Amino acid sequence: MTVDNLINWFPFGTEWPVLTFVTAVIICALPVFLFIAVYALVAIYAELKISSFMQDKVGPMGQGVGLHAWKFGILQPVADALKLILKEDIIPDLADKKLFVMAPFIVFVGAFISFAALPFGQNIIIADMNIGIFYILAVGSLSVIGIILAGWSSNNKWSLYGGMRSAAQIISYEIPAGLSIISIVMLTGTLSMQGIIEFQSGTIWGVLPNWIIFNNPFSFIAFFIFFISGVAECNRTPFDIPEAESELVAGAFTEYSGMRYAFFFLSEYAEMFVISAIAVTAFLGGWNSPISGFMNSSGWGVFWFMLKSLSLIFLMIWFRWTLPRLRVDQLMSICWKVFLPFSLVNIFGVGIWSLLVG
Amino acid sequence: MIDVAFWFVVILTLGSALIVVLNEKLVYSAIALLFTLFGVASLYVFLWADFLAGAQVVIYVGGILVLIIFGIMLTNRITSVNISHTSVQKGMGGVAVLGIIIVLGIMILNTPWYQTEFVEPAQTTATIGTLLMMEYLLPFEVASLLLLAALIGAAMLSRSGE
Repeated sequence: MTVDNLINWFPFGTEWPVLTFVTAVIICALPVFLFIAVYALVAIYAELKISSFMQDKVGPMGQGVGLHAWKFGILQPVADALKLILKEDIIPDLADKKLFVMAPFIVFVGAFISFAALPFGQNIIIADMNIGIFYILAVGSLSVIGIILAGWSSNNKWSLYGGMRSAAQIISYEIPAGLSIISIVMLTGTLSMQGIIEFQSGTIWGVLPNWIIFNNPFSFIAFFIFFISGVAECNRTPFDIPEAESELVAGAFTEYSGMRYAFFFLSEYAEMFVISAIAVTAFLGGWNSPISGFMNSSGWGVFWFMLKSLSLIFLMIWFRWTLPRLRVDQLMSICWKVFLPFSLVNIFGVGIWSLLVG
Repeated sequence: MIDVAFWFVVILTLGSALIVVLNEKLVYSAIALLFTLFGVASLYVFLWADFLAGAQVVIYVGGILVLIIFGIMLTNRITSVNISHTSVQKGMGGVAVLGIIIVLGIMILNTPWYQTEFVEPAQTTATIGTLLMMEYLLPFEVASLLLLAALIGAAMLSRSGE
């Protein structure tokens, strides 16, 4: 399923090229948007419930806009979403209005267009590009600019500090994440997302699934470097120093309310999904079943992909509610003094390994 | 069909490039540059140079543009949103631009352009990799040495106070 296929399939393609193009783009974009919205609702609910279980407190119990109809607070995320939509949209007088309005959309677009290359299943991918994984890493840099803009245009010190910290953190952690991916690309010899997953079908010694994480000791380490860097790129606890509420109110998002804040919120959850999906694709076999030959059809592929991605998202939520926040200097020294040397050694190690063993 | 996308990209690139040059607020210029760089990356895609397009976004948007915005933000007081750069001698500038347009136009029209047939190349990245590691290994290594020297130099400069 690609945009090209859709365009060729349309009956009125030659007569109305503009219309066809726009329709095809919308047909591809709309499900992704709906997916992000629905998934964000589920993730918010999971975040609330899991945090309550972990901290032994009472989570949302009953919420029903006067109905009290549903148990376990299932309507809580719906109420949250409604609240965000209905809230007054406040733009500070001294803010740079154009940039202030634009920033949430740039951040969201950065997360949104990554979905174009995510392989949900054997045939379910919007565009299986030659450079799939490189594309996702590349467009991720859009969010950085959006966050800096949000911090700067709000015109107050907390936002600016938040924006600067966030940008510095994301740029720093992009390096170990990117280097880990390079070691994977060296193994598979392709940048295409589907190609990387196809490399991982089958088993090792008939027991372990032939996932890259189990391929060699270096790729095993690379997974952890990538995933931790990914959590840092999402600005989530323990790396949430950019929006540390006890010192910066809410960082770059301090002045935002209503729908504009909701867009930042959505993109944070979307980015979590993108990071998990890349980790699943590059290290955990993508849509391949964990047991070779067991439920390995194309329909089940979607199930496995979602299961693996959501497990990693659960892990991120787990991090958030059990680990304390890092200081700025600890954050940077981990990235530059631990992750960077380790990922460089990884690249070297994977190279040697594929020469000797592969 | 491709025409529609192409002209959209061209208008986006040129329009935002005009904003970069003509807008008086430095921050707006930097943000408009974001769209220009994305537009140029899209033009690479039209030439089947997908890896180059990705590299363009990584290096220019993720690296250089972020650096520019950082520079603007760090050199200004937070309360002053009006950082402006004004243009002087617009008349002379216009004449110079017109001259360059004419020269470039003559050059573009008179150059025998090398044209490839309209098919997607089987692999783009593999070819680049092979060329870099075989034919152009020396320039590649020299460039990386230069970057390493620049990196060490930057670290030295920023630590000079200690």
